[in-house]
Amino acid sequence: MGRLKSPGELATLRQAILAKRDPNRPCITVCSGTGCSAYGSEKVFATFEAALSPLKGKIDLRRTGCHGFCERGTMVVIYPDEVCYVQVQPEDVPAIVASVRNGKILERLLYVDPVTGKKITLEPEIPFYRNQQRLIFGNNRRIDPQSIEDYIALGGYDALAKALNGMTPEQIVGEIKKSNLRGRGGAGFPTGTKWETVRNAPGEPKYVIVNCDEGDPGAYMDRSLMEGNPHSVLEGLVIGAYAIGSHEGFIYIRNEYPLAVENVGIALRQAEEYGLLGENILGSGFNLKVVINRGGGAFVCGESTALMASLEGQVGEPRAKYIHTAVSGLWEKPSCLNNVETFANVPLIITNGADWYRGIGTERSKGTKIFSLVGKVNNTGLVEVPMGTTLREIIYNIGGGIREGKRFKAVQTGGPSGGMIPEQHLDLPIDFDELTRVGSMMGSGGMIVMDESTCMVDIARYFISFLEEESCGKCVPCREGLLHMREILDDICEGRGKPGDIEVMMRLSATMKDAALCALGQTAPNPVLSSIHYFKDEYEAHINEKRCPAKVCKALITYSIIDEKCPGCGICVKNCPQEAIESQGKKKPAVIHSENCVRCGICYDVCRLDAIEVE
Amino acid sequence: MDKQVKAILKKYDNRKEFLISILQDVQAIHHYLPREALQQISDALGIPMSRIYSVATFFKAFSLEPRGKHLINVCVGTACHVRGSVKVLESIEREIGIKPGETDSGLKFSLDAVNCLGCCALGPVMVVDGAYHGKLSTAKAVEILKACD
Repeated sequence: MGRLKSPGELATLRQAILAKRDPNRPCITVCSGTGCSAYGSEKVFATFEAALSPLKGKIDLRRTGCHGFCERGTMVVIYPDEVCYVQVQPEDVPAIVASVRNGKILERLLYVDPVTGKKITLEPEIPFYRNQQRLIFGNNRRIDPQSIEDYIALGGYDALAKALNGMTPEQIVGEIKKSNLRGRGGAGFPTGTKWETVRNAPGEPKYVIVNCDEGDPGAYMDRSLMEGNPHSVLEGLVIGAYAIGSHEGFIYIRNEYPLAVENVGIALRQAEEYGLLGENILGSGFNLKVVINRGGGAFVCGESTALMASLEGQVGEPRAKYIHTAVSGLWEKPSCLNNVETFANVPLIITNGADWYRGIGTERSKGTKIFSLVGKVNNTGLVEVPMGTTLREIIYNIGGGIREGKRFKAVQTGGPSGGMIPEQHLDLPIDFDELTRVGSMMGSGGMIVMDESTCMVDIARYFISFLEEESCGKCVPCREGLLHMREILDDICEGRGKPGDIEVMMRLSATMKDAALCALGQTAPNPVLSSIHYFKDEYEAHINEKRCPAKVCKALITYSIIDEKCPGCGICVKNCPQEAIESQGKKKPAVIHSENCVRCGICYDVCRLDAIEVE
Repeated sequence: MDKQVKAILKKYDNRKEFLISILQDVQAIHHYLPREALQQISDALGIPMSRIYSVATFFKAFSLEPRGKHLINVCVGTACHVRGSVKVLESIEREIGIKPGETDSGLKFSLDAVNCLGCCALGPVMVVDGAYHGKLSTAKAVEILKACD
């Protein structure tokens, strides 16, 4: 494949690719995202490969990116009808191949809707997908992430051709500004304004950077996009570089994401080979060189100045932003840093126009947003919805409600420095401003659902100790504030809480908000403040009554055996690491000696008769 | 002089700004950063040892101590936390007798608690030598480690 020298050559190539493909020929696709890989999708794929080798030209096989419905992996979808099989094992392969050949549906592998009990044949009809609008994420399931031709076949790099051929950089900046695209990394800063600032800032060279240091625990949409459709991000990056006048780009990826690093590396090589990157892109005279940098495992490096320090080979500490990185960033040059999802939005806006884009979403937040819906919800996975969708729609219509019929307690959004949102706000339309209004934030789009068995004080302690560990330690309010807050929360969880603790934490929070150097420290008190605001009764039960209502905090609970339910099978006796459970013989209930019990919960896990009680 | 380290330095043209990438590649070979390798990098790039140490100790991905034969990463991200990763981690600690960040005296296991591996649907999750194990219970986690030789 020679380098493409004009938009016309790209169109010709697309036609040639499409001509080779018969849209009616069956194609079996296997999800190979990290979730499905963990279920063993590689084995499923290899088994298909072997089974289909005598059927070359009759049935195609394709590896795809993450479909988002990770709960039910390994996912197999068969085109052209999009018949969807869930939880596929290598043993199922011969039956699936046979069903494709004879045109019948393999009933036993279909998805069963837990609400109605009905079997659903086609992927788009599964409620989890049906209630989404997948503009950014939709192509993940249609393409092989390691094939640039798959991406081009679906219209890929058309936006780039349009931008380089018919638009001036100023027009592109104008279009992005008009679209009102806001940064998907969390802060929601208007992307067009940032691009304009970098473009007009004095100093050469200018840099463009993709932020894929997705450090928020519980969020993995950037990873799935980078793994599943890397060219869409790359296309947005090249358009962005052209718009601001940059010839050097960086992609900063967490090292914990090896598959993303691999797929992006392949995408870069392919784009270069096809003339979509490097010198004289599509014959336009525009040049861009892009390199990958792997993060070192520091949460704070998602912050722009810390990320840039790390790119320079230094310790990833943030600096005060008296001068924005758009003016003086990497090596003190104007630098444009955007999140993965932000860049993936750009080709859509260029292709369809800002007016189309403005038609989606709410007044001040346009477009769609990908959320990672995780925790105690039935359908865990990645969910893309227009801005303004309510929490209830996401958790109940798409997520299928709470697991095991338990009661919803709260949803945590915005990552460790976001906040807890209780039941009373379930009908909140989600966008950047509404989430801030109720004391949380958009963040990168993590959405962790919690039920009645989640202790809010324990969760606040979890986030604060996470942030304490990830605080770089440069400024005092963050370093010391988090330490003290964590100590107080430890005390409360371990039964040493005292009246006044809540007030001290509120004072510490106020100081941190005002005085911390970067966004990590300024937003760090959010989990504490929002949990105190909405769940003060739980704090008070811990402090005043030495009681954990959710039965989570170890020091405040005891395990015992419900005599009527225990047949004396002895499985808990065998599994107890402390030898704290004594058998009284067969058919007689066992006894837990609480003085030896470390409250590890193993007996509760292994008992099949629910005969262990926590109080 | 370590030839592998030399090759890594060459791959990055001995450029200072690639210090973190260079350290990552060295760590990938040795599973930790040997002092001699750091000295070699310091000489080649002209960066003082003190600065290399500050970088190597700042980022979690690096270890200055030799690591065990089997690397265990237990996810303690939020999604795994609400699904009981604390119990899983504690049962692993009891089984192999070390805490996160430690390596046992026989250099068999190194244990780390990591924040989110990005497959939250499978929580609680751990990765042992690159292989993902999801939907863990305390018993299942221990069983997996018992199967390591």
